[in-house]
Amino acid sequence: MSKIKPSKGAPYARILGVGGYRPTRVVPNEVILETIDSSDEWIRSRSGIETRHWAGPEETVAAMSVEAAGKAIADAGISAEQVGAVVVSTVSHFSQTPAVATEIADKLGTDKAAAFDISAGCAGFGYGLTLAKGMVVEGSAEYVLVIGVERLSDLTDLEDRATAFLFGDGAGAVVVGPSKEPAIGPTVWGSEGDKSETIKQTIPWDRFHFGDRSGLPVDSQGNIKFPAITQEGQAVFRWAVFEMAKVAQQALDAAGISADDLDVFIPHQANVRIIDSMVKTLKLPEHVTVARDIRTTGNTSAASIPLAMERLLATGEAKSGDTALVIGFGAGLVYAATVVTLP
Amino acid sequence: MAATQEEIVEGLAEIVNEIAGIPVEDVQLDKSFTDDLDVDSLSMVEVVVAAEERFDVKIPDEDVKNLKTVGDATDYILKHQA
Repeated sequence: MSKIKPSKGAPYARILGVGGYRPTRVVPNEVILETIDSSDEWIRSRSGIETRHWAGPEETVAAMSVEAAGKAIADAGISAEQVGAVVVSTVSHFSQTPAVATEIADKLGTDKAAAFDISAGCAGFGYGLTLAKGMVVEGSAEYVLVIGVERLSDLTDLEDRATAFLFGDGAGAVVVGPSKEPAIGPTVWGSEGDKSETIKQTIPWDRFHFGDRSGLPVDSQGNIKFPAITQEGQAVFRWAVFEMAKVAQQALDAAGISADDLDVFIPHQANVRIIDSMVKTLKLPEHVTVARDIRTTGNTSAASIPLAMERLLATGEAKSGDTALVIGFGAGLVYAATVVTLP
Repeated sequence: MAATQEEIVEGLAEIVNEIAGIPVEDVQLDKSFTDDLDVDSLSMVEVVVAAEERFDVKIPDEDVKNLKTVGDATDYILKHQA
């Protein structure tokens, strides 16, 4: 039998650089209140959100990704030609094929980097990070770009008072590369497909375009509503706070890190109430910096963790070398948590 | 040992006080969580989870919406506690 030469990777992987892109249009709660019967106070108390960014026509999924990834590449101190793979997590790129990752890899000027999209909702960043770590350690790519990008404003029902205020647009990216020391801990991840109804798209694309259109929800103008993301608020809140706190604790345990060792906590920016309750349930000490980027960014699904990471580092609330617990959770239901050293 | 009605109301009062900052003496059987006690839909989930732990009872999401008053919650716990 012929002997196959094994691939040779790095001993460990780390996040080397981070970058973010937030659309130029800032949308305050007053704009949301034009289409729902609610109040600024109600939106802030239920979600913590004061403003969010909505993308304009030029700020496509690809364009926002290229901006964020370019910054991450510069922050990592490498060149685009050194990127061996581009992993993009998104649920709001409306061209089914080809994967948007290929366009992004080309526009960035990579040298034919492997490129593909993944669908893991709000856990997408953690899923991508886990794949990237594997590629670097296994040796199929020396540097991997992980991008979380969403235009959730396109999937928002502006007449639904439970979700109209919630979502935002943007892109966050990291470069994962070789490390002499462990700097990305074991991932605790999984799925709970039995709870797929708790966060979902209102109607599938085929039914919207081709199927029997009777009985589909209509807007105040009588038009069939474009598909949107809907959720069961209380069920999601309970799962996110209490089940995800257990997953977060498992990720700390797997990395051999105690809450006292932790510098930063970057949960998916779903809702400030979920974040606050998770902090309480996890009994995180006062010295741990907690990301609350949701206040001015909204819920940007797969983009939220790298965007929050970038902002904490930019404002000096967190610093390079800090130990951070990251956890993403959302539609699926899916989740992924790990401990990382910040770039 | 199963908790009595009095013990359950006392326990709920402590939980609501902890979560919403409402004085324990305001938590009475006829009080509505949302209208009288400033417990919104998300805080209600926290109250429910705390009550589950304290009284060893399971309160599924679909039953939470029926617990409008402290009395509703007390009756539910009395009936379902292990």
